[in-house]
Amino acid sequence: MLWLRTIKLGVKSLWLHPMRSLLTVLGIFIGVASVIWLLAISEGISKAAQEQIASLGADTIMIRSVKPPSEKLNPQGVTPYGLTRAEFERLQTTIPTVKSAIPIREIRRQFQYKSRNLDGRLVGCTPEYMEITSLVVDRGHFITDAENFRRDTNCVLAAKVAERLFPYEDPIGKRVSIPEHSDSYTVVGVLKHRNASAAIGGSLEAQDFSSDIYIPIKTLQQRIGDTIMTRAGGFMTGEVIELNQITLRVRSIGEVKQTASVIESAMSSHSALEDVAVVVPLELLEQARTTRLMFMVFMGLVAAISLLVGGIGIMNIMLATVTERTREIGIRRALGARRDDIVRQFLVETSVLSVIGGITGILAGLFCRPAIVLLRELVEHYYPETMASLPEVVRNVTPTIVPESIPIAFGISLLVGIVFGLYPAIRAAQMNPIEALRHE
Amino acid sequence: MRLACSVIDLKKEYVLKGETVRALRGVSFDVPEGDYVAIMGPSGSGKSTLLNMLGCLDKPTAGGLFLGDDNVAKMTDDQLANIRSRRIGFVFQSYNLIQQLTVVENIQVPLYYQGKLGTRERQRCIDLASLVGLGDRLSHRPTQLSGGQQQRVAIARSMVNDPYFILADEPTGNLDSRTTAEILTMFDKLNEEGRTIILVTHEDDVAKRAKRIVRLRDGLLQSDVMNSEVERKQAAEAALVEVSTPA
Repeated sequence: MLWLRTIKLGVKSLWLHPMRSLLTVLGIFIGVASVIWLLAISEGISKAAQEQIASLGADTIMIRSVKPPSEKLNPQGVTPYGLTRAEFERLQTTIPTVKSAIPIREIRRQFQYKSRNLDGRLVGCTPEYMEITSLVVDRGHFITDAENFRRDTNCVLAAKVAERLFPYEDPIGKRVSIPEHSDSYTVVGVLKHRNASAAIGGSLEAQDFSSDIYIPIKTLQQRIGDTIMTRAGGFMTGEVIELNQITLRVRSIGEVKQTASVIESAMSSHSALEDVAVVVPLELLEQARTTRLMFMVFMGLVAAISLLVGGIGIMNIMLATVTERTREIGIRRALGARRDDIVRQFLVETSVLSVIGGITGILAGLFCRPAIVLLRELVEHYYPETMASLPEVVRNVTPTIVPESIPIAFGISLLVGIVFGLYPAIRAAQMNPIEALRHE
Repeated sequence: MRLACSVIDLKKEYVLKGETVRALRGVSFDVPEGDYVAIMGPSGSGKSTLLNMLGCLDKPTAGGLFLGDDNVAKMTDDQLANIRSRRIGFVFQSYNLIQQLTVVENIQVPLYYQGKLGTRERQRCIDLASLVGLGDRLSHRPTQLSGGQQQRVAIARSMVNDPYFILADEPTGNLDSRTTAEILTMFDKLNEEGRTIILVTHEDDVAKRAKRIVRLRDGLLQSDVMNSEVERKQAAEAALVEVSTPA
């Protein structure tokens, strides 16, 4: 009851100077809103990164062939490099923690159907590839084991390939040709669209799955072979490579790290040429989590500074108020207010200011996502070039409000009100009532 | 007869710019309940210092000051605040109302610091406002009232805690003669009803209305004389005449 009255009185006193109170509240408002916004944005960015890594599969290990630096290659002739089929067999059969293994071969080629052309990636793989890269069949079916063993000339098209080469026809049953090899493949399936994966450290580049054609790896080996001749600037350059990638799936996530170290030592024969790299998404995921934590601490620090500034604003205005209301303090003391009563009165006023700032700040914080979307659309509309030049993380960030940030922001705002209100309040209480009464 | 307040050899010294000022050098007098005392004296006589002591705003250097049975000289700051809210009714020259509060809320302030906030207390404040003739201005703020009205709010406020005495410091100093007469008539009436009033003034006309005049000079008691009933009546009539005569 007493508190209620004190709060009511505080609001009344603040209402005497609405503009001043509003501006003071604004300081806290901005501080609290920025705590929530910055945390939400950093969470959004790191969540996107984590999702991308997680989409590689936390229980997988990827071993990729890397083109060695040119000084290590034989200048005459063609040096074979990268992973071999023998290594694939060995990995698959000798490491007990490996559940399954997929050999992958990738070649950039031009695809053709009638008069339509499209540059894309010809991927030789096994049926498990679909599951491990989260591909979804739209029509028909993905490559089967039987097709692989029979070395069938069947292929599966990614969504964009199907759209470009077959704008008006059903691709199933049609033959897509690869002019470079005078070869053609019968379409048995079309996939749904899949988002591109971003480059995530190490040797794992960004993968755009939209212009892929998938064929059985044994078919690719038989019909195209290991030697790839590419015409570049009038010269033919060649490389010999058996497998571009081996993706291993480990039995359980707990065994990933152990398996990864076994594989790294198994790959030591490649250390001289540096033509193989091991990518462990789980490790990347853990790194990303650490980065997220650092990022959040940093963002939180920035927001804390703005709250500090808001707090100083409160202190500044309260010191002015205390001086201005010296007479009132004198009257209250004469009429029986104890020092504690005066401290409480001014503390309640600062707390009211900071709590109002806190609540409105939280409300503004909750509008973070629509506000960012709106902002993005505005920039997109008025400055499309600027937008295009921004990095992808910035363009695509979806703020995710961290639930803990709301009570934290509120608590901090209240704390700021009390901490920065304490000094002016104590100063008010320490006044000599006789002198305060004489104050004009 | 019980004493509202008792001053025994009261001394107060304070240091001002390195020099010790002996504001009160041993003053003694009693104020029985129901008395109406005017304290007079030129500036520098220790009048204000005595007022601060009586109002429990300051502590004496030596001597005793009793309000009822409590020795103010030995109280802590919080105890002084407590006794101010329960036992003393202040009326100031410049009214000293709180600007952001209404008439009723201003009257209620001393009760507020006793933690008394019930509807009964609120009704008491409304009754007091009516008693001083402001029953129709309960929700007005001080800035919406005239000087005389503000002083009447202050008088109502001084009575809200049933104090040992009303301590009035030049209560008519800021008022014109008509309002002065009004306020002094109100004091007369309150005193007749049994309330103790201690009034500090430098105006003879005002002092003559009291039952007793205490004069201070150089920190000492100069005189303490009773005012005859006749003199009081004359003073009251003179004030009325002055008001009714067109200027």
